[in-house]
Amino acid sequence: MNQSTLYGWGRTRRTVAELEPVRTVEEAREALRRADGRGLIARGLGRSYGDAAQNSGGLNLDLTQLDRILAVDAEGDDPTVTVEAGVSLDTLMKAALPFGLWVPVLPGTRQVTIGGAIGADIHGKNHHTQGSFGNHVRSMDLLLADGEIRTLTPHGEDADLFWATVGGMGLTGLVLRATVAMQRTVSAYFSVDTDQTRDLDDLLERMKTGDDGYTYSVAWFDAVTRGASLGRAVLTRGNKARLEELPATLRRDPLKFTAPQFGTIPAVFPNGLVNRLTAKAFSELWYRKAPRHRVGEIQNITQFFHPLDIVAEWNRVYGPGGFLQYQFVVPFEAEEAFRRAVVLIAESGHVSCLNVLKRFGPGNDSPLSFPMPGWTLTVDIPISDSLDRLCRQLDEIVLGAGGRLYLAKDSRMDAATFARMYPRLDEFRAVRDRVDPEHRFASDLSRRLGL
Amino acid sequence: MDALGNPQSVLLLGGTSDIALAIVRRYAPDHQPKGARPRVVLAARPGARRDAAAEGLRAEGFPVETVDFEARRPETHAATIEQAFAGGDIDITVVAFGLLGEAERAWTDADHALELAEVNFTAPVHTGVLLADALRRQGHGRIIALSSVAGERVRRSNFVYGSTKAGFDGFYLGLGEALAPHGITVLVVRPGFVRSKMTAGMDAAPLAVTPEQVAEQTVAAVRAGKELIWVPGAFRFVMMVLRHIPRVVFRRLPI
Repeated sequence: MNQSTLYGWGRTRRTVAELEPVRTVEEAREALRRADGRGLIARGLGRSYGDAAQNSGGLNLDLTQLDRILAVDAEGDDPTVTVEAGVSLDTLMKAALPFGLWVPVLPGTRQVTIGGAIGADIHGKNHHTQGSFGNHVRSMDLLLADGEIRTLTPHGEDADLFWATVGGMGLTGLVLRATVAMQRTVSAYFSVDTDQTRDLDDLLERMKTGDDGYTYSVAWFDAVTRGASLGRAVLTRGNKARLEELPATLRRDPLKFTAPQFGTIPAVFPNGLVNRLTAKAFSELWYRKAPRHRVGEIQNITQFFHPLDIVAEWNRVYGPGGFLQYQFVVPFEAEEAFRRAVVLIAESGHVSCLNVLKRFGPGNDSPLSFPMPGWTLTVDIPISDSLDRLCRQLDEIVLGAGGRLYLAKDSRMDAATFARMYPRLDEFRAVRDRVDPEHRFASDLSRRLGL
Repeated sequence: MDALGNPQSVLLLGGTSDIALAIVRRYAPDHQPKGARPRVVLAARPGARRDAAAEGLRAEGFPVETVDFEARRPETHAATIEQAFAGGDIDITVVAFGLLGEAERAWTDADHALELAEVNFTAPVHTGVLLADALRRQGHGRIIALSSVAGERVRRSNFVYGSTKAGFDGFYLGLGEALAPHGITVLVVRPGFVRSKMTAGMDAAPLAVTPEQVAEQTVAAVRAGKELIWVPGAFRFVMMVLRHIPRVVFRRLPI
């Protein structure tokens, strides 16, 4: 047995389990037969922050070697790719760009597998215009607990199983492959408008009135500065750059994938470096370096989408104590609750540097999918003793506003709070109980949340 | 266990211990909703004391299960551990059962000496091995072993109790080393004099603490990932000195 210590991107809850690579469909079936009462769960690139991709004491299937791109259909009006579950968005993007194809949904990192993208129903800066990842999946093959492989489509016979698998955190079965709708693009660059906003009111107003003019929109905001400038932000919005917008040097090779990486954060990094002082300095710098108002700047993929990917393993800067990412959404009607949450975070004394604010568009049919029309906010906070109190206070605000937390980020919710946040939980349970009555697919997250 | 160190379940071996119950309550701070209370498994001898402990916790919103546990009947230990894990994973186990006994009778009455040795050492070792096996199968877990400063330098005044705790302490420290690669951590807690049921009627020694104080520091130590603490912390240095005092001097000390 290959016992491994597994944990999520937040590096908090470490548990021990058997980690077994799966390279073929037959190996996946074999692993399913071998799994004991403790069950099994798929693991991709480990970017879930909490305990979603670990099954302590049981079997964890490492799917990153099930990574073939099976078909690229770039002809016709409806381009698609068919890939195995372990293909990362990074790999897919590099493979698809020469065909003039673009991955429809990109989260804050490209280091996510297709299986993970479906299981967490990931979203990106274009949610308000193009929805979450599940909206773009045309079909997928799911290995069920009984060994059967079923092909699922969003509107077919097993539509309920399809949508339970989207956002289902790997608990309905093992996604083996998927066909994903792609978008055409003429360049790998973005035309970006940047605005500094004075405070939270200014920010929300600009997003409400201006977002619809852009495919992509997101704001970084300062959660450290209090008082009149509370919630000051840098708003970046953009569209795919058209050829005529590119400077001549880039126009020669407009589909070139440019994602430079400067280095890797060393494995030994002490606790406490993200503190009030460094967070203040970082927030000031981030805000000041942004232009007050700039239009039409051409940015590459890393600049616009994944500024954090420029250093690998950036989660290590929080030290061995780890950190927590709190991402919630509240409906647009609950803007007041949203403001209260922002004030509470800024005044809590906990420091968060990476604060992302976004407007979501409509959600999809998945009972456990996170996005709903409303404001979503993400903060990264190093673990400390008093953090629990802040999180519980935020939970109350979110619950009171009819909002919820994102399971791919969550590492500390309790089962009762979770059930109140996801009113369609019973629908999910009914589908899961039908296809996996013994709950052979299980994870630390499923046990923690009583899923 | 969540990322902030909140357990979803706590097993008390010795479910009527004041310190153990105080630890459980510590895991339900006021700012948490009642629905977030951890599930508590009370393993103790059936009877009025266990019933009272269970009722007390239930009244505060804890879901409570009770399991029969007889320290001096090792043939029942496997069933006790099995039942304790029947309701799901156990995040934190507190090994809290023990017997102070009567110091002078303990070295003159063979039956009483045997009782102390079995309850304070044999049973913790036997259940400890069974517990470790159950925790390894779930791939995670924390053990809190309630030891005593009495085991660190055994004194004439209560040497039977002290010697059983010395053995207990050594076993659980060693178990912590053995279980580390399996994702399981052990915290050995060495309290000084604790004002509790166990010491009722005795004069409090210097640096005496309450069960609540022990619980507070224990829970903080679990969060911090510590493996050994003294309560109060000053005992660490007191014991460091006492350990090195020559026997001829030590026996003359009024302790």
